[in-house]
Amino acid sequence: MSRIGVFICHCGENIARTVDCARLAEESGKLPGVMVSVDYKYMCSDPGQNMIKRAIAEHKLDGVVVAACSPHMHEPTFRAAVVQSGMNPYLCEMANIREHCSWVHTDRELATEKAIDLVRVMVEKVKRNQELFPIRVPITKRALVIGGGIAGIQAALDIAAGGHEVILVERQPSVGGNMARLSETFPTLDCSQCILTPRMVEVARDPRITLYTYAEVEEVEGFVGNFKVKIRQKAKSVNADICNGCGDCWNKCPMKKIPSEFDAGLGYRTAIYVPFPQAVPNTPVIDREHCLKFLKDKCGVCAKVCTRGAIDYEMQDEIIEAEVGAIVVATGYDLYGIGKEQPNERWKGYGEYNYDTYKDVINGIQFERLLSASGPTQGEVRRPSDGKVPKSVAFIACVGSRDPEKGIEYCSKICCMYVAKHAMLYKHKVHDGQPYIFYMDIRAGGKNYEEFVRRAVEEDGVLYIRGRVSKIYKDGDQLVVVGADTLSDSQVQIRADLVVLATAMVPHKNAYEFAQKIGIACGSEGFYSEAHPKLRPVETMTAGIYLAGACQAPKDIPDAVAQASAAASKVQLLFSSDELEREPIVAKVNEVTCVHCRNCIRVCPYSAIDDKEIRDRHGNLIRMVAEVNEGMCMGCGTCVAACPSKSVQLAGFNDEQVFAEILALGHE
Amino acid sequence: MRFSIDSEQLESGAVKRVEEMIQQSPSVCYQCGKCSAGCPVHYLMDIPPNVVIRLLQMGQTDRVLESRTIWVCASCNTCSTRCPKEFKIAECMDALRELALATGKDTPSEKDIKLFHREFLKSTRRFGKVHEASLAAFYKLKSRHFFADVGAGIKMFFKGKIRPIPHRVKGVREIRQMFEAAGYGQKVEQ
Repeated sequence: MSRIGVFICHCGENIARTVDCARLAEESGKLPGVMVSVDYKYMCSDPGQNMIKRAIAEHKLDGVVVAACSPHMHEPTFRAAVVQSGMNPYLCEMANIREHCSWVHTDRELATEKAIDLVRVMVEKVKRNQELFPIRVPITKRALVIGGGIAGIQAALDIAAGGHEVILVERQPSVGGNMARLSETFPTLDCSQCILTPRMVEVARDPRITLYTYAEVEEVEGFVGNFKVKIRQKAKSVNADICNGCGDCWNKCPMKKIPSEFDAGLGYRTAIYVPFPQAVPNTPVIDREHCLKFLKDKCGVCAKVCTRGAIDYEMQDEIIEAEVGAIVVATGYDLYGIGKEQPNERWKGYGEYNYDTYKDVINGIQFERLLSASGPTQGEVRRPSDGKVPKSVAFIACVGSRDPEKGIEYCSKICCMYVAKHAMLYKHKVHDGQPYIFYMDIRAGGKNYEEFVRRAVEEDGVLYIRGRVSKIYKDGDQLVVVGADTLSDSQVQIRADLVVLATAMVPHKNAYEFAQKIGIACGSEGFYSEAHPKLRPVETMTAGIYLAGACQAPKDIPDAVAQASAAASKVQLLFSSDELEREPIVAKVNEVTCVHCRNCIRVCPYSAIDDKEIRDRHGNLIRMVAEVNEGMCMGCGTCVAACPSKSVQLAGFNDEQVFAEILALGHE
Repeated sequence: MRFSIDSEQLESGAVKRVEEMIQQSPSVCYQCGKCSAGCPVHYLMDIPPNVVIRLLQMGQTDRVLESRTIWVCASCNTCSTRCPKEFKIAECMDALRELALATGKDTPSEKDIKLFHREFLKSTRRFGKVHEASLAAFYKLKSRHFFADVGAGIKMFFKGKIRPIPHRVKGVREIRQMFEAAGYGQKVEQ
């Protein structure tokens, strides 16, 4: 005979408003096997928990049912409480009479009846609960950081500083990401490369960090503490061990007119190239799509001029396999592509801004390159069409952002600030120039941000015009920008020599496919989802995978760095113990009845079930069965449903328990 | 309303003059609207005070100088007192009135207000402080609004608010010197 205690919570008014808790306690007390049944205003409070603890001792209870909110909220609370009285935590269950009852019903009588049913069901389950003990799995104390922008660099450095090995994978030939392309950074106007390049160098130098550039993560398998990853090292066609980065090859390469990705198409690069002078590593790669050797089997100049014989046209992609315990995803963002061609059906371009047609309508990153000393104009602001120094520049904020019609509803967060910075830097370089900014709101929430924007207006004479731009058309060699100023209720026209569009930050173009590949979730707009928007901002729903930087949401450099350090500290927290404790709610195969039909192996969404050989003491194979890897099993129960011989059972939710619940529900 | 902006307008003399007169740039205004919110004569204005500042920021001085607003402004200083950016809006209005008179852009519809301003200053110069009875008399003669506000005038008279005989302050000479120093004679002629 069981000795169960039932504890009913009023949750203030949340439950008591709709459910007659006193009657529920009375009815629950009559259930067979229930020794004590009480109700209380706040069961989760200290007095409430003490009530449970005392009852366990007084009535020698062997099972507890707490009828309260969702187990998502307070199951850990109550399980911890019963442990203090010496009870196994898995003998405590919750009946959800709030979300499943009081919040969704209005009729007090019927809701109370339903609550009684819910308690009865849970009492029948708890009678059949068994003691369970946490599963321990070993942890591989090595981290994988995906993406070598500022967030990835910061995360890698922090984890390495904690004494752990890090594998940093970057898709481009150099680390640095988008931050390396910026000229100056708001709100302090310090040079982006000056503050970034020391970090890049450090990443390459740190013996605990293994850096793979021009590489991509192909496959992620396994689970927290025990991931197996495959990394594709794309063929660089240059032997990095021999190359000394002298630059003879790219200086002699005849393919000089390839638009440079780093300069956002405003400058050119060669077919064998390093993306920018401070690249880390400073080893060139051959872009096989543009190299004459690969296109027509001609040229071969780079191999001829290389004094060290580092050029290797035969080089093949290589798959590197590694075992890691944690993964930090820092894959960054892309820029919304203004023009008519869009990567998906949701997004529409701005035909009215003529970005595709007019050379002097450029985007924010292109303007950064025009301002940058390492850019195509060596830092002089010259417009792309004729190289003239523009005497008036119109900056347009919210191009893409906050425009549901174009498919992007969110605010890209950083544009208000970089537009102010652009206008300011332009004015610092062209003293007699006039910057205009068309905007909807100025969102300058951040340390010293508002002050920065006011400085642009009051000291540098930037004219803010509050309204979206309707169209941009050409008149002579100038561009006419037609906008509005809602502050003075007027339509405004401006003649500008150059127009800079502050384009939205959008998820990386392969973000969705990549999320599927590594098993994390995306929001509807395509940014990776954190486990909780407030309380778990750097974790994903997949244990052991963390987020850093703009792959999670648009953010500026300080925020990206902060998140990267937070992710790194989460990784170090994970690595601080040798073993990981997991919930014992996992499937187990009965090897006696298993016929090795392999149904469970096929249906398992986590690839947690594998074949197992059963051998006699001489090592002869007797037969095969299925075996669940306790470290990987997430307790979803798919295998239980699929097993034709009922040989798989889920601990904590076995057939006996579930059927008892169903029968209790049918009982009148 | 529709207009084009170019850098010449932004640098135009009128805005510069206002800046010199009040020793402050309209660019400090961030258009919160608190001046318009508290203005007691807002309902008589054609454009609200914050829009006056906005148009100055955009170099649209003609529209400002032609507006009723700058003449309707009673210089009560509520706007300046409450401005979070400490912009001297009432002083700016005064500067704009002066500029409007100087450039002849002042709007003809508000001629009574200008007349009143003139008579007020004349009276102040003469007696060292304003003499209501003679001010009212001169204003009525010149504006030809003989019977306006007569009821209120009679009430004020019986409450002792209007003295029939003017009182001259002690330092009237110094006050006149102040008028001359500010270039009063030339400005009235303009």
